[in-house]
Order: sequence, then C-alpha cells, then structure tokens
Amino acid sequence: MNGAPREIPRNSTLAELLGSLRIDPRLVVVEHNRTILRDRDGYALQSLAHGDVVEIVHFVGGG
Amino acid sequence: MGTTVEASLDPFPLTIAGREFRSRLMVGTGKYASNSAMIDAIDASGAEVVTVAVRRVDLNRANDEGILHHLDPERFFLLANTAGCYSADEAIRYARLARAAGFNEWVKLEVIGDQETLLPDTAGLIVATQTLAAEGFKVMAYTNDDLITALRLEEAGAVAVMPLASPIGSGLGMLNPYAIRTIKRRLGVPVIVDAGVGTASDACIVMEQGVDGILMNTGIAAASDPVRMATAMRQAVEAGRLAFLAGRMPRREIAVPSSPVSGMLDS
Repeated sequence: MNGAPREIPRNSTLAELLGSLRIDPRLVVVEHNRTILRDRDGYALQSLAHGDVVEIVHFVGGG
Repeated sequence: MGTTVEASLDPFPLTIAGREFRSRLMVGTGKYASNSAMIDAIDASGAEVVTVAVRRVDLNRANDEGILHHLDPERFFLLANTAGCYSADEAIRYARLARAAGFNEWVKLEVIGDQETLLPDTAGLIVATQTLAAEGFKVMAYTNDDLITALRLEEAGAVAVMPLASPIGSGLGMLNPYAIRTIKRRLGVPVIVDAGVGTASDACIVMEQGVDGILMNTGIAAASDPVRMATAMRQAVEAGRLAFLAGRMPRREIAVPSSPVSGMLDS
C-alpha cells in the first residue's frame, strides 16, 4: 500500500481499510491493482487479497 | 476579491473550452510556508484557477495534509497537474487519478523530459495530449516556447497551450518574447504562459505580448511577502492586458517633442 507492505485483517474491505486509517474517502482517490476505483460507494464491497497493490492519493500543493 | 479591471476595458473574459474564467491570472499552491499563507496569497491574487498536484497520502498522518482540508473547492477551480511525471504513460495515469477525484475533467499536463531544467518531453506531451483528449479530458499542455510543438498540441486536442516564459521556478522572466508572440498569433486555442515569472514586471511584459493569461506559483510563493506579491501580480496582469488592448505607441530611436515647437519667444 502506497509503496510499502502493510498487513491488514483477512477479508478486509477497502472501506474498512480507509476507516482504520481515518481517511475520508471523499478526499482521496484509490487505485486497486492499477485500476482506479471511480465509485466510492463500491469501497464497501471491494475486498482486498494478499498481494494486492493499493495506491491512495490526494491533492497536495503544486504549481 | 474579484477583478478590478472594468468589464468595458477588457470586455471578453478569458474563455477556455467554452468556460469563462473571471481572472487571467492562475496560481499554483505549492511551496508556501503555511496553508494560511497560501490561502491569503490566493485571495490577494484574485485567481479563480488554482493548480494542485496528485501525490500519495502519507498514511502515518493522513488527516492533516491534503490540500482540500484548506482550499474550498466551491470557491476555486481546481486544475490538477501531472508535475513530476517523466513519461506519457505516467502523466496519463496521474490525470486519470485526478479526474477520479470528481471535480472536473481538466488537467494541466506536464511530461517532464529533464530533471535539471524541467523542460518538457514534447514528444511524450503530444502523445499524452492525444490520449487524454480522446478520453474527454480538457488538456492544458505545459510546453516550451516552440511554435511547432504548440501547433502539434493544438492538433492533438489541447484546449489551451501553456508555453513557458522561462524554466519552472527560475524566476528569469520571459526569455523569448518573439516566440511567445508567434505562438499566440498562430494558435486558435488560448495561450497561457506558464512558469518563469519572477516579479510583477515580468507578468506585465508577458501580458503585453497579447497572451490570454499567466499561470505562476513560485513567483508568489517564494516572495518574502506573498500577499503583497500576489496583489502586485494581479495588478500587473491587468495592466499588461490593458496595455496590450490599448496598443502601444511605436518605438522611435529619435526624440519627438511633446510640447509645441511653435510659439517660442525670440532669443
């Protein structure tokens, strides 16, 4: 996750993962195994498996 | 806030891809000492368009650093950039991530070709513009001051072309006014000069070339007093625009008296 290995409870969903990290889903974009998840309502259904690659990005200051 | 130029003096607002913008000055949000300093400077600039970058969330302190905690997306038009991308594929990925944030389908496209100069990889830029435009993105392409590249970007579907005044963050001002004027004259899409403006006179001279607007970041953020500089930049952009519209007097290499030559007393 975001470039580093991370252990999470078995059968976690993406919504649970974001909740455990105290990340507001409305303020981030998630890429799961190189696929951008455009439907935030789907996070609760998106289960995560061993070896998945997750990127969580947001907007920061830039020019 | 708001523009001080009266509508009658600059009657046609900046319009890109059919959308009108209330200011010809666009500003970046990077490099500020604090978020409050950034907000104050943006307010002083009068800018509507503000650029943001896409980066990983720092998972160790995720609740405090996203710019949307500080910048109200209702008040500003968020223009995501692909800064830091060194290939067309990478820039396309960042643009898609930015669009998925859900604000708009616009992107300030950067494909950087060289770490030292941050000059664009123009071949990659054209490819990425084609791909993103075909996906419905409104692409504003950061490029060098080369006419041919600018023409190719327009052909590729860019809604605006953004030639540099000088390298990103250099503050050198406009190095090639001839090239900027030529690009403006030859392109149909708006030309927004992006990068290199260091102080208010730089901004004014850029606008006097007749371009449609300026995007800047470091020129304001790295000033000792960003609010004063943002104000100066706003006024300079307006002054330069009006001077362009007014049409300057011709240059002469000899003096021409301003007072009557007749009616002088006998000596």
